[in-house]
Amino acid sequence: MDYETVIGLEIHVQLLTQSKMFCGCSTRFGAPPNTQTCPVCLGLPGALPVINRRAVELGLRAALVLHCTVHPTSQFHRKNYYYPDLPKNYQISQYQYLEHPPLATDGYLEIEVDGQRRRVGIRRVHLEEDTGKLVHPEEGNVSWVDYNRSGVPLMEIVTYPDLRSPQEARAFLLKLRQVLQYAEVSTGRMEEGTLRCDANVSLRRPGEPLGVRTEVKNMNSIRSVERALAYEVARQRELLERGEAVVQETRHWDERRGVTFASRSKEEAEDYRYFPEPDLVPVEVTPEWLEEVRRGVPELPDARRDRIMAQYALGRYDAELLVQTRATADFFEAAVAAHPSPKAIANWMLGEVSAYLNEHNLEIEQLRITPAQLAELVRLVEDGTISGRIAKDVIAEMLQTGDSPRSIVDRQGLVQISDEAALRETVEAVIQDNPGPVRDVLAGKEKAVAFLVGQVMRRTQGRANPALVQRLLRERLGLLGG
Amino acid sequence: MRELVGRPYHELRARLGKDLSVRELVEAYLDAIEAFDGQVRAYLTVTADQAREQARALDDRLARKEPLPPLAGMPVAVKDNLCTRGVRTTCGSRILESFVPPYDATAVERLREAGAVVLGKTNLDEFAMGSSTENSGFFPTRNPWRLDHVPGGSSGGSAAAVAAGEALAALGSDTGGSIRQPACLCGVVGLKPTYGRVSRYGLVAFASSLDQIGPLALDVRDCALVLQAISGRDPRDSTSVEVPVPNFAASLEAGVRGLRVGVPTEFFGEGLQPEVRHAVLDAVRVLEGLGAVVEEVTLPTLEYALPTYYLIACAEASSNLARYDGVAYGYRSPRARDLYTLYARTRAEGFGPEVKRRIMLGTFALSAGYYEGFYKKAQQVRTLVRRDFDRCFEKVDVLATPTSPVAGFRLGERTTDPLQMYLADVYTIPVNLAGLPGISVPCGFVDGLPVGLQVVGRPFDEVTVLRVAYAYEQATDWHRHRCPLFRG
Repeated sequence: MDYETVIGLEIHVQLLTQSKMFCGCSTRFGAPPNTQTCPVCLGLPGALPVINRRAVELGLRAALVLHCTVHPTSQFHRKNYYYPDLPKNYQISQYQYLEHPPLATDGYLEIEVDGQRRRVGIRRVHLEEDTGKLVHPEEGNVSWVDYNRSGVPLMEIVTYPDLRSPQEARAFLLKLRQVLQYAEVSTGRMEEGTLRCDANVSLRRPGEPLGVRTEVKNMNSIRSVERALAYEVARQRELLERGEAVVQETRHWDERRGVTFASRSKEEAEDYRYFPEPDLVPVEVTPEWLEEVRRGVPELPDARRDRIMAQYALGRYDAELLVQTRATADFFEAAVAAHPSPKAIANWMLGEVSAYLNEHNLEIEQLRITPAQLAELVRLVEDGTISGRIAKDVIAEMLQTGDSPRSIVDRQGLVQISDEAALRETVEAVIQDNPGPVRDVLAGKEKAVAFLVGQVMRRTQGRANPALVQRLLRERLGLLGG
Repeated sequence: MRELVGRPYHELRARLGKDLSVRELVEAYLDAIEAFDGQVRAYLTVTADQAREQARALDDRLARKEPLPPLAGMPVAVKDNLCTRGVRTTCGSRILESFVPPYDATAVERLREAGAVVLGKTNLDEFAMGSSTENSGFFPTRNPWRLDHVPGGSSGGSAAAVAAGEALAALGSDTGGSIRQPACLCGVVGLKPTYGRVSRYGLVAFASSLDQIGPLALDVRDCALVLQAISGRDPRDSTSVEVPVPNFAASLEAGVRGLRVGVPTEFFGEGLQPEVRHAVLDAVRVLEGLGAVVEEVTLPTLEYALPTYYLIACAEASSNLARYDGVAYGYRSPRARDLYTLYARTRAEGFGPEVKRRIMLGTFALSAGYYEGFYKKAQQVRTLVRRDFDRCFEKVDVLATPTSPVAGFRLGERTTDPLQMYLADVYTIPVNLAGLPGISVPCGFVDGLPVGLQVVGRPFDEVTVLRVAYAYEQATDWHRHRCPLFRG
């Protein structure tokens, strides 16, 4: 008898705000330590938090795109625990009580796995502040704290245990990231920590109550979530099959070794002593405000896919790939705006560009080329300046260097040879040097024509206009135009 | 000095720029600090240089005939739990002994903008937890009327400073009576505004949902002037309320004719010193004589107010005081060996016994399994207390009660019995639970120790509270009495 996998996710998302959750400090990433701090985010005596309205709006936006119920009144709470990266020794967060709901609850996100569509339930969406960061230098018996991140706005999204496989967890995260990026709620980059994910996983016999779960942490990419969950499912299955019990615990994913391991277990569950934050008044969301937020939600991926199919006459498959990330869709539409050849631009993007990104493990935002440059490349092919064959070399060069296609073509002398006199000489030489194939052509073997064209292209380093070569060859050998 | 010190500001102001300079006024008060503070010990820090500098700047403005701000040259003291930029702010605690804030509390900033001259920072019970100022981590302050008696607390330093002529007015904070009770015991006027009237930004939090900053002064008019300067919405404090700030001094003289004054039965029961009861009921009769309609009302939840307060205040305090951990600022134990001992030793050595008692009590009240029975239940009772007051205010305009059940006590008298100490605030605490404005005005003496009348009003109706207090004050001369130190 087989086991059913049950997975629930807790996702932390950094909100795309200019300033922190409860003060005016910048959220910019990468500033020198403790340069983006003030009495509020340092937790100095007497300093008081003030809610960042923009952060609430982004939270509401997320709640709307996740089809949640937004509560007209929600309350911040204090989560009390001691740690040096937490300057007040409590975190201002939202906690779910009957009387004090978080920002939003009970929504869903639709995912597609193996052609099957499923709704994954969202338990709650709430807002909180991030902590600082501990730095442990290699030398000396000290630790440093950087409070730049202290107070940065976070949104926590908790799913119901609705996911049934590591693949579904991955599909969910991809879809969630896509939706949040489109809604301009977050950059959603796990690698940069703007999206973090912990997972609860357990196994059970189908139809039976939930089994004992473990919480898996420390996964820093969507791929590693899938790997960690696959490992954890296998580990739990093995335990159960041996008749042993799964221990409820927190386990850390070791990316390098590809295993999860139990972190030091606490003797008793931590008691966070939640209580309503008395320094803040409840968040009141009026229907008018919610409507204003709703009107401000940018076009979401499904809508954009449908529009791209209709507006540019592209197939569903291509359109689906183009809207994978918002940046990709933006790139595509910007290129089409510069040169209206959607099909050709889509082909380049889903072909050479996509292959390059995969090969180098890059995001489209990291590309050196601009949409206008891709558009220019397409134009150069269409007006016959370069051949499609040469264009492949040009784009490879563009992707490497970020240079414009025009300058690459000029620099390397790649302009297509459409000069009949020049090409006739090459055609003549190829005929002289390849008596065998020439005989084949004369004997009616069409394939040999292609061979001879290829030879001409080779001698011209691909710069010859292939259609012209074809015509010249046929004329020279006395064949009718093909 | 003798001629200037002890006169209310509203009497001196007209003389500024004529026969009186700000420097003279400020020097007179600095002299008084010099003369009396060795005995009273109201101040933790005196900022004489800053005060003189500020006085010079104000005199320059006077010389240029510039219009003077409303409190120009008023020498004031600030309770040492209000942040002052560049001046250490200790909260009366060893754990913050050397803490120098990089910013002013909003109330302090507004006082300075109004032209007040800050003389220094006054002593308090550690983190404002106490009713006698004996819980100060540094030294106790004494009652200027009788030096072997406590000045009350926790704003004991502020009250004693005003009573001893060491400041013309002072800022205090009131979580359960910490402005009104010491004002009462020191024979000065002290007002706790409605919760949300004055910004708490820069007030080192004890219990956030109860704390409120307010003035202590020689009389009701000065009190109104200081309240005027510090009131109003502050974008840095979400709990400060956007309501109009009326001109508090303008309606002081409107009288109390026809005003309904409620006398809550429960405030005159067991535990009230007979002489105090006498003085307060006399005060009520004075108001009646002025035309007020006196009515008996009831506040049945009074008996639950004290335990309710201690659960809520301690719960919030346990979280508010968690930040004093030796990591980024304040005291750090030299005996810390690792993260755990950094926390444990720093806090064990940095906090005094009363603070520790309340942190433990509050931590317990918030713990899993106890939250429902203690913290949550306390919040529910708090709602009932509020409703009791609401019901009273359907019938009357203000309530008149004793401020303190006794006319003071000796140093050391209650330090071994925390519950006895907690009872000192039994009449002021319910007012904080309900977030209402309340004032204490002098209404007599018992064995040479001042007694206070508390007047409590509807939310944001400080105008009526001040009006009643002023009418009473003007009909009597208690506020003109000065402590024996003045008499030399």
